[in-house]
Amino acid sequence: MANTVDLSTHPETAGDDTRKGPPTAASRPRERRRAHWAEGHSRTIISPLELKSRWGSRIYWTVLAAILSVFTLVFVFPLYWMVTGAMKSGEEIAQMPPTLWPKDPDFSVFADAWELFDVGLLLKNTLFYSVGAWLFALAVDVTAAYALSKLRPMFGNVILGAMFATLMIPPIVVMIPAYITVTDVPIFGWNLLNTPWAIWFPVAANGFNIFLLKRFFDSIPDEILEAAEIDGVPPWRVLVSIILPISRPILGVVSIFTIVMVFKDFVWPLLVLPDSEKMTISVGLSQTAGQVTQNQIMAGLVMASIPMIIVFVFFQRSIMAGLTAGSLKG
Amino acid sequence: MDTPTVQAKRPPKSQRRPPARPSRQRRTLRTNITAYGFLCAALFCFALFAWWPIVRQVVLSFQETNLVDEPTWVGLDNFRAVVEDPAFGQAWKNTFAFTFLALLCGYVIPFVVAIVLNELRHARGYLRFVVYLPVMLPPIVSVLLFRWFYDPGPGLFNQLLDFVGLPGLSWLDSTDTALISLVIVSTWMNMGSGVLIYLAALQNIPGELYEAAELDGAGIFRRIWNVTIPQTRLILLLMLMLQVVATMQVFIEPYMLTGGGPENATVTVAFLMYQYAFVYGGNYGAGSALGVMLMVVLLAVAAVQLRLTRDEKR
Repeated sequence: MANTVDLSTHPETAGDDTRKGPPTAASRPRERRRAHWAEGHSRTIISPLELKSRWGSRIYWTVLAAILSVFTLVFVFPLYWMVTGAMKSGEEIAQMPPTLWPKDPDFSVFADAWELFDVGLLLKNTLFYSVGAWLFALAVDVTAAYALSKLRPMFGNVILGAMFATLMIPPIVVMIPAYITVTDVPIFGWNLLNTPWAIWFPVAANGFNIFLLKRFFDSIPDEILEAAEIDGVPPWRVLVSIILPISRPILGVVSIFTIVMVFKDFVWPLLVLPDSEKMTISVGLSQTAGQVTQNQIMAGLVMASIPMIIVFVFFQRSIMAGLTAGSLKG
Repeated sequence: MDTPTVQAKRPPKSQRRPPARPSRQRRTLRTNITAYGFLCAALFCFALFAWWPIVRQVVLSFQETNLVDEPTWVGLDNFRAVVEDPAFGQAWKNTFAFTFLALLCGYVIPFVVAIVLNELRHARGYLRFVVYLPVMLPPIVSVLLFRWFYDPGPGLFNQLLDFVGLPGLSWLDSTDTALISLVIVSTWMNMGSGVLIYLAALQNIPGELYEAAELDGAGIFRRIWNVTIPQTRLILLLMLMLQVVATMQVFIEPYMLTGGGPENATVTVAFLMYQYAFVYGGNYGAGSALGVMLMVVLLAVAAVQLRLTRDEKR
């Protein structure tokens, strides 16, 4: 459960790869890159001619320099301050005026923070919840979307409507009844507190994943499936051997969003994983932050950020493709 | 939408074809069974962890319960108690103020930034990466980082103010600046997705429109006003609603930064709800009553959105 509606995961704003359907020539990496490059240089508000004029180019370079410095200052400098702050001593961090670079960079603070916050355990927990949620949600949502899109059972549309309806009510609004449900699951009577299932079950009940997957599956022509059926291929084989290989782009988008969402989430794990042995990194940091020094907090934050930054560097293209373009044409 | 095969319109009984292909009937039945087999895991998850909590919220709001004894029905008592709480009015006022301020910062600025970025021909990859970086960080990182920046003593912001010769502010400790401080954090960590979504929308505007506007003698601002904005109207509308829904649920910022203070200046509805249920000794009924109210407001927003986008599409 995400603590806020992430704009990036709303049906109407996401999905470049998602609406286009099965991969076309343009979605192959190299050609897409070329298309992107060309797009970047297509006509925008200001014409190329205006830019080439003497004043035009002067203004352009000034604006570019201004934007580059403002962006670096606003978005990168705070992170720089976090990393260098971690390496400053207690006196130096409180000193006025501050130093731009630590006088005597102290890397041992990272080892201290690792111990104090128990970062190893917290990261291991969080990765376990994220990866588990990803696999579980994918298994549950792919099969459901396949059934709703291709097998089309009775009342399929009613079920689909009820699934989409949950998108209108963000998880945080129902946190109290959801918490109570997790402490005592109706019918089964399970208490899921402090178990990974408290994260995994609600994550799988994600109308947005179903929406993305079903929309993609809908774009796969039925003829392929009919041919397979005539050959006597059972439905699960159709899913595994035909549908899944075609659907790689959308599976990538759904996977990354699920992992990132679970990794970043705060309120829900705060409620359902209170045991300090089971906490996620976000909750763990928030609980211990009051008892340690400022530079140790910063060191903890640095270590909590690294996994997500790595994910971003490696999957930047999928993340941005999932976020932008596509559905905006509507 | 496709109608399930079984429900397909049938001709009146007298004209119905003789059951020439019994296999078709059997096939439909089998497909249904297979389909529900594939669906059962999702139905389990949705029923218990998505649909049931919504129903339970409404039920709980009319009950008093400590989760151990049998709950008792108390009618509208919970709603009455919630409304009479002095924090109630303050929480809604703060939530709306937060929404308004967040729209000023988090709605207008990303659009302007996206327009400018779209004009640039250099460093596009870097700028996109950098603007989305805070969105990738766990919110707790941004929040704790800014808590340090807001420190009235050695915090970065007061140091910067001091550097340019301005007096320092008390940021989170003053009723005047606490709420806007939360809005700043919130904008910083969420702005990237808005910028990238607008950027994509801007790239979909056909260049010929600008060409034509230019030939008609329209200046840069005329082009923005008469081409860019009309062309992105749908997405602007949608983002407006999404932003409202997102800011209605503000929680981590007051929870970590101010604890709702000073003097309730930063209590939001979601935060108050959390306090009823998990801080003030498990008043689940009152919390749920507040949750029901929030649900009604959000559904109203969603209804307005559907209405507007439908009109727009027509």
